[in-house]
Amino acid sequence: MAIVARSVTKRFGEFVALDDASIEVPSGSLTALLGPSGSGKSTLLRVIAGLERPESGAVELDGADVTRQAAQKRGVGFVFQHYAAFKHMTVRENVAFGLKVRKRPRAEIRKRVDDLLELVQITGWADHYPAQLSGGQRQRMALARALAVEPKVLLLDEPFGALDARVRKDLRAWLRRLHDEMHVTTIFVTHDQEEAMELADQIVLMNHGRIEQAGGPRELYEEPANEFVMGFVGPVNRLGESYVRPHDLELSSEPNGSTTAGTIERVVHLGFEVRVELLLEDGRDVWAQVTRDEAERLELAPGGSVFVRPRRTKVFEPA
Amino acid sequence: MGRWPLRVVGLSYLLVVLAAPVGLVFYRAFEHGLGPAWDAVTTPEAKHAFYLTVLIAAIAVPANTIFGVICALAIVRQRFPGKGVMNALVDLPLALSPVVVGLAFLLLYSRTGWFGSWLTDHGIQVVFALPGMILVTIFISLPFVVREVVPVLREIGTEQEQAAATLGASGWQTFRRVTFPAIRWAIAYGVVLTTARALGEFGAVSVISGHIVGKTETLTLHVEAQYQQFDYVGAYSASVVLAMLAIATLVAMTLFKPKEETR
Repeated sequence: MAIVARSVTKRFGEFVALDDASIEVPSGSLTALLGPSGSGKSTLLRVIAGLERPESGAVELDGADVTRQAAQKRGVGFVFQHYAAFKHMTVRENVAFGLKVRKRPRAEIRKRVDDLLELVQITGWADHYPAQLSGGQRQRMALARALAVEPKVLLLDEPFGALDARVRKDLRAWLRRLHDEMHVTTIFVTHDQEEAMELADQIVLMNHGRIEQAGGPRELYEEPANEFVMGFVGPVNRLGESYVRPHDLELSSEPNGSTTAGTIERVVHLGFEVRVELLLEDGRDVWAQVTRDEAERLELAPGGSVFVRPRRTKVFEPA
Repeated sequence: MGRWPLRVVGLSYLLVVLAAPVGLVFYRAFEHGLGPAWDAVTTPEAKHAFYLTVLIAAIAVPANTIFGVICALAIVRQRFPGKGVMNALVDLPLALSPVVVGLAFLLLYSRTGWFGSWLTDHGIQVVFALPGMILVTIFISLPFVVREVVPVLREIGTEQEQAAATLGASGWQTFRRVTFPAIRWAIAYGVVLTTARALGEFGAVSVISGHIVGKTETLTLHVEAQYQQFDYVGAYSASVVLAMLAIATLVAMTLFKPKEETR
């Protein structure tokens, strides 16, 4: 089920959270709303869910205008950043909530909840209270609760934000598999570009309440629309008017016509990757990303000199 | 060593200020045995006073519970002009002397008052009658449920309610299944305080009721009346009944406490 937001504007007092933001999410896709904090990505998600009412603009679900429709009627599954677990209910009761308010028959609820608990792998915790679960388990419970009512779209607000790094990685892979099995149109909010690149089919990058660029992960990385996008989806050096990725800086021990001389200030070994911090002869600081083998071949060491040539650069028209 | 002075001072304070007066009331009530005390609280006037006190509480407490929760929800969950005024108004009964409250209602509802003339024309007697006593009791005991529920509502936040909405729950379903379970203890404590306040009210009821024996005399007024008539056993016995009512309220609340709360 496709999701469309058209020219959505939302203010909180003086603060403009969303400024004429438009997105299109194709049916069945997994889309990331990416951006720094305060960029409006969560607000856009909440507008789509019906939890916030925009001042202007429209939201369409599967072609139908739902802008004036209450959250309760939109058939949207929403997973909150801090899970919003019902504290006084057991895991089973939490997951059953949406079915219970729909007055489904008991046997059906029981069956569906059992299936979902198995799907999110917390079967053994059915009769525990949310407070007794770990962060990752609570997150999966919240997901099962949202899925119970068979939502047409699934919206996840910083789904992994409150989890530690390892659990995050596991859950990420798991969510991708789950999505591939179910094909529910899904949007998730994140401020982590790596998470967005790894998970999403489509990334919508936001800043200051506006959409900066929307496209596939590769498209954003390789064809960034502007300086902000280029800097947000990956590391970047500035050379005069042009921008270059650290891995697009070629280092050599001998000069040739197009190289710039530089002094090595620091060499950081990160396993396969080696970061080389340089001071160029024109006084600019840049850093290059090379492989371990290359670093060894060039005998890179602090204080040594090296010659630099950008392999490919990006120049943006002034906005 | 250091902890002894703390508990000695604390305990002595409670003994002198709380236990001694209450204990003395019980002692004086049963000084001449159970018989006279029982006789004193089973006179028609005492029985009517008891009935009236319970009746007034039985109306004032549910009213303040329902409207208290509604007020608390409005104060915490909504934004509207005049909200600050509403929040301050709720505290008014705590600040005003009950005698002033009684007088205010007397002025408003007496035959020459703003509402009184219209009501009198339609045959409704408020002053020196049950409706007036219920009104002042509601006024006096209004803040407790609101003041207990407001901080809890703030603390639980809106996320759980929003989650319920996205799962398809209506406003009422969300309240019944999500909000209410989270605030029910605050409501319960509010109800205990409201009940205690309603049972013990003297000043405002004294002004508005007109002290008509066997008609508008509540237990507190009855205690005072017996005392004025030098019927000490009657006064102390009725006091004991009042104390028992309060204790019963507390015990009832403890019994209703569900097991999961002790988790």
